[in-house]
Amino acid sequence: MRILRGLLVLSVLAFGATGCSSIEPWVKPYDRENLADPIMAFGHAPNSQAFLDHVFDSREGSRGATGGAGGGCGCN
Amino acid sequence: MRPDTGFRRFVITCRRHAAAAGLLAALFISGAHAGVLPEDEADLLYFRYDGGGVQVQGPSMLVRKSIGDHVSIEADYLIDMVSSASIDVETSASPYDDERTQYGLTASFLHGKSTYTVGYSDSTESDYLAKTMYASVAHDMFGDLTTVSFSYSKGDNDVFRNVKDPDGHKINDPAFHETLETQNFSVGVSQIITKNLILQGQYEVITDEGWTNSPYRSVRFFIGTDQQGQQPEVYPNTRTSNAASIRAKYFLPYRAAIDGMYRFYTDTWGIVGHTAELGYVHPLDNAFIGGNWIFEGRLRYYTQQAADFYQDIFPRADFSNFMARDKELATYSAMTAGLIATYEFKIDRFPWLSKGQLNFRYDYMAVDYDDFRDARFSLGSFGTLPDEPFAPGTEPLYKLRANIFQFYVSAFF
Repeated sequence: MRILRGLLVLSVLAFGATGCSSIEPWVKPYDRENLADPIMAFGHAPNSQAFLDHVFDSREGSRGATGGAGGGCGCN
Repeated sequence: MRPDTGFRRFVITCRRHAAAAGLLAALFISGAHAGVLPEDEADLLYFRYDGGGVQVQGPSMLVRKSIGDHVSIEADYLIDMVSSASIDVETSASPYDDERTQYGLTASFLHGKSTYTVGYSDSTESDYLAKTMYASVAHDMFGDLTTVSFSYSKGDNDVFRNVKDPDGHKINDPAFHETLETQNFSVGVSQIITKNLILQGQYEVITDEGWTNSPYRSVRFFIGTDQQGQQPEVYPNTRTSNAASIRAKYFLPYRAAIDGMYRFYTDTWGIVGHTAELGYVHPLDNAFIGGNWIFEGRLRYYTQQAADFYQDIFPRADFSNFMARDKELATYSAMTAGLIATYEFKIDRFPWLSKGQLNFRYDYMAVDYDDFRDARFSLGSFGTLPDEPFAPGTEPLYKLRANIFQFYVSAFF
């Protein structure tokens, strides 16, 4: 069942990647005002987010997939 | 010569993952809006971390500028100043100061619905050199409701060990030079679900090959039943990790937003980690407090299971092929609470400045270890034994408390 579900997701992605235009966007561009609000951004200023992510990175065994981690490398 | 041993983990680990950060920056900047170049921006940040006997502070700068309609260039530079008398240092060495500088350069190219990003970063410290190259591509599809991103980075690191010469000057140990190669592979999806809800998912694989541990840290072991000794850590020379995360952000009816995140982590060292985070953003643009303010509260919980070869104290010397006593590989849980205040402004005399921001962020981090004991109660501090030493393995469990401050100015053009 899991394999079938995975194949279904993959085929949907592949379908989209080929440039299929039959899927109508269900959230129209003029309905995206809220999503475009700056308070909806994931993460903060790139170097601020990078600094904090690196604080966690250096304290924790886990690493990666931090998504909105921001720019540069503010390592410390 | 004796090793200028010290708390290197804080620095080494993040240098090792510099690649990931730069990579993810590219992923985020181009990934969330693949068909639009990021805004022109300049940031100046001061940060300070203070916890567990370690202070790290310094400035960080970032500038991003578009060239025409299809190219954006980003440059960043930072200096870390580390002053360490951490528990690792207290039990085996003397305090130390160090400084690290890093610069990075990133270029993004917009082509139709796709953004291609390439970058390079370089980090220099007295005992560690890191060079990282990265590339990503992001593509908008389904009427720009979906953005798919792929990223790759490769880091080449040179690891040295500082020692003191007969005059007391810090030099690289001529008998020690190791290398570490890291590679990051990442795929991400950003999906608009409704006009108020957006979802992001990411999966990332990171591989390390080479010198993965600190050249300074030791493990401890029992000698008999009530004595202890120390020997250098020994780590595997490879590590592969898998991390998957999902995050969501929802726009509330009264112009505020909530977000949540969960990440699952596992690796070939036996570490299993869970991360959960919640956030709430609330703008206040009324005359009562003046100007446009944005306040945000964040709460982050993290827990992990120890690496297979971690022990607080081993039964005997050379107990196994791999041995670690790095508390970042122990079993523990941590909670971090943060507050962010942002003041937005415009200056009429500078019409080219579309928006300015003053930001202050404070985070408090509390870490409680389940199997990392405070060895200062038995080994003492900087060579001075405690008045009434504890028997090895009976010391109280270690707790870390840290204060993290950030102040930064952002200008958008």
